[in-house]
Amino acid sequence: MKLSPKLTQKIAWGLIWTAGISAVLILLLIVVYVMARGLPIFGSDFFFTEPGGGISGEGGISSIIVSTIWLIATTMIILTPLGIGSAIYLAEYAPDNWFTGLIRHGVELLAGVPSIIFGLFGFAIFVIALNFSYSILAGALTLACLLLPFLIRTTEEAMKAVPKSYREGALALGATKWQMTTRVVVPAALPGIITGIILCIGGAVAESACLFVTMGGSAGMPSSFFDGGRSLAVHVFYLATETNALDKALATGAVLIMLILIINLATKWLSLRFRARMEGKA
Amino acid sequence: MSRYLADRIAKRLVLFLGISSFLILVLIAVFIFREGYPAFQELGFSLFGTKWYPSRDAFGIATMIVGSAVVTLIALAIAIPLSLGCAIFLAEVAPPRVREFARPAVELLLGIPSVVYGLVGLVVLLPIIADISGRGSGSSVLAAGIVLAIMVLPTVTSISEDSIRAVPSHYKEGALAMGATQWQAIRHVLLPAARPGIIAAIILGTGRAIGETMAMIMVIGNSPIFPDSIFSPARTLTGNIAVEISHATGTHASALFATGVVLFVMVMLINSVGIIFYKRTAR
Amino acid sequence: MTRWIYIAVSLVLAFAAVLVAGCGGGGGIDVGGSTTVQPLAEKWAKAYEGVDVTVSGGGSSAGVKGVAEGILDIGAISRDLKSDETDEWPDLVPTIIAYDGVAIVVNPSNPNEITDLTIEEVRDIFAAGSSSTWTVVSREEGSGTRETFEKKVMGEEEISASAEFLPSNGAIKQKVAATSNAIGYISLGYVDDDVEAVSVDGVVCNTDNVRIGTYPISRALYYVTEGEPEGDVLDFIEFCLSTQGQQIVEEEGYISIQ
Repeated sequence: MKLSPKLTQKIAWGLIWTAGISAVLILLLIVVYVMARGLPIFGSDFFFTEPGGGISGEGGISSIIVSTIWLIATTMIILTPLGIGSAIYLAEYAPDNWFTGLIRHGVELLAGVPSIIFGLFGFAIFVIALNFSYSILAGALTLACLLLPFLIRTTEEAMKAVPKSYREGALALGATKWQMTTRVVVPAALPGIITGIILCIGGAVAESACLFVTMGGSAGMPSSFFDGGRSLAVHVFYLATETNALDKALATGAVLIMLILIINLATKWLSLRFRARMEGKA
Repeated sequence: MSRYLADRIAKRLVLFLGISSFLILVLIAVFIFREGYPAFQELGFSLFGTKWYPSRDAFGIATMIVGSAVVTLIALAIAIPLSLGCAIFLAEVAPPRVREFARPAVELLLGIPSVVYGLVGLVVLLPIIADISGRGSGSSVLAAGIVLAIMVLPTVTSISEDSIRAVPSHYKEGALAMGATQWQAIRHVLLPAARPGIIAAIILGTGRAIGETMAMIMVIGNSPIFPDSIFSPARTLTGNIAVEISHATGTHASALFATGVVLFVMVMLINSVGIIFYKRTAR
Repeated sequence: MTRWIYIAVSLVLAFAAVLVAGCGGGGGIDVGGSTTVQPLAEKWAKAYEGVDVTVSGGGSSAGVKGVAEGILDIGAISRDLKSDETDEWPDLVPTIIAYDGVAIVVNPSNPNEITDLTIEEVRDIFAAGSSSTWTVVSREEGSGTRETFEKKVMGEEEISASAEFLPSNGAIKQKVAATSNAIGYISLGYVDDDVEAVSVDGVVCNTDNVRIGTYPISRALYYVTEGEPEGDVLDFIEFCLSTQGQQIVEEEGYISIQ
């Protein structure tokens, strides 16, 4: 049966529109569902009490929020110097040879390693071998390894976008390479770098598998980062699989979605500023 | 400190940091292989047997390899047509104002934590599937496949969309000038030109699907069997590791690391192929 | 340049300060392992007025491994120590803290309308696995509750691989409560109105029958330490064994050691 091109065009367009709208619809439905069932649970009880355990899932998420904040802070303190330093190397210092190619491949491959493998690794090295036990520290170190390739990628791109003239100008004025890098290139690339950092925070918040096996499952308030804990995402998992408090799980999910939304908006705003800066001055 | 000294120190420091990622990758590979080696040695091919019952010394991961494969296939079957359609939609069909809304929506989907998808799957999908199949609690490869499809959708869509957009516009304009309809231009000119990128998108999406853990544990039932229908529960390689690692000792632990090795190698291979295709796109 | 050094140094100092502060604060007791013992341990931890006690789950084997490897101060288990565990780690010392029964639970509106089963019938159901009549739910490997179940009910038979495997008592209870034809096994302490415990061989599953020994599926709950307990750990365990501690045991639905 041979259809006329006009007919196939109409059918194709119909299917394509369906696909496009479906994708958006799926997102909206998920977000709306989580918010609709989760937001009613919000309240001072939910945010300021600790989880009580038990199948009815009493309590709230205060200790979980604190654990998550500690986790993210520690992760970023470890990750940022490492990531930016590596990116500086790759963008400014690395010669164009097979060795650098190898390192770049390493970064690419590391980006594809599944989270649970990082979890296995983190468990074997940080929890057991280095004897940190189930702790926020072990989780943070593992997360830093997992997010490293992403920070390197975004930072390197930000630095590569800085026009060559900036660098040449600095060197012409007598700056050493290090001075040029830190006082000219990095500040110019800063919005892009910060975007990358914020995206990594988003990635850290969304992570669960590698933290599940390195942070332990304790839901209490941490008093140091050698204590174990749960991040918000991990808590959703426990609530969903061990309690009837599915509404609280959805509420925690709502908190997560809102955080991701804020992070997305922040990065969008920053990249606009970044582009404006570059175009304005170039 | 003289700035020249600083410069020299910086050079060394930065080189060290630069190698760090590569070092981490090597460390991961070394550790996992080392911990998994005893299992390969003691169990040999029985590691790929069909029975997983650690307390009776059975460590066969065949059911989990199949479990992971089936779930991924279901996910791809759903996600590929949907993503491709969505990618074409965003790149070629959507009016600018719709695109302004749709593209960020897809990006947001990318950032949502996997446990949230698992949760919604648990709460919404499982009861529906339990009703339809008449059996059990709804934990099934179908539920896992659907959840995975939604998770993989944004990845495949955005990379595909980028490749379609990257095709030089004169390809399409040439086709239209010769009297083709828009769809004919897309189908016979744009898509073939964007093919490496689209294949890269699918491959990278597959890599992500195989690596997913927490959402899978929540909806797949964790039964170490060969799924006999889409309504059957199963267990993935990733789920196996996550659920048992905290209390595994001796050969059991080594078998889990060996599972990690299998997973690591599989995902590395898939992603490497994907990256090769990705580099081939007209960028 | 100096500005960067100042920033870097102050960050490192801040980090180190937090680390040191952390070392001081990390003096609490870490209890982990059996999810059967977990709610009990959490109540004890709350009532205890000494150092901070953190409680986590993971299953009995995780508790043993955790203590043996120094990750935990106390490993909670709901089964006896296994011979290969005592072989590999001869310094482990178990202390009985309570007794517990393993309840066979079904959904309150289960279509098969079962209220009593013999041990053989339970064994057959779990060996056969999931079907259209029953959705079989079991604990994963490494669970003390599962060990007890396998020893007292399954004997030599294996639990079918077609069962759904879940990692904690809470997860099993949630699944059974949500699925009308589900059957699973959980600690007696977890049983409440969400699920129904069937009687086994005619004996109702409750604390009295476990105490006098007529209920066939029961076990001791232990805290395992590396060597004899001492210091803060000893203090905490003594609290758990005290009259006040044992009263909490009864309140939670377990059986005290008196």
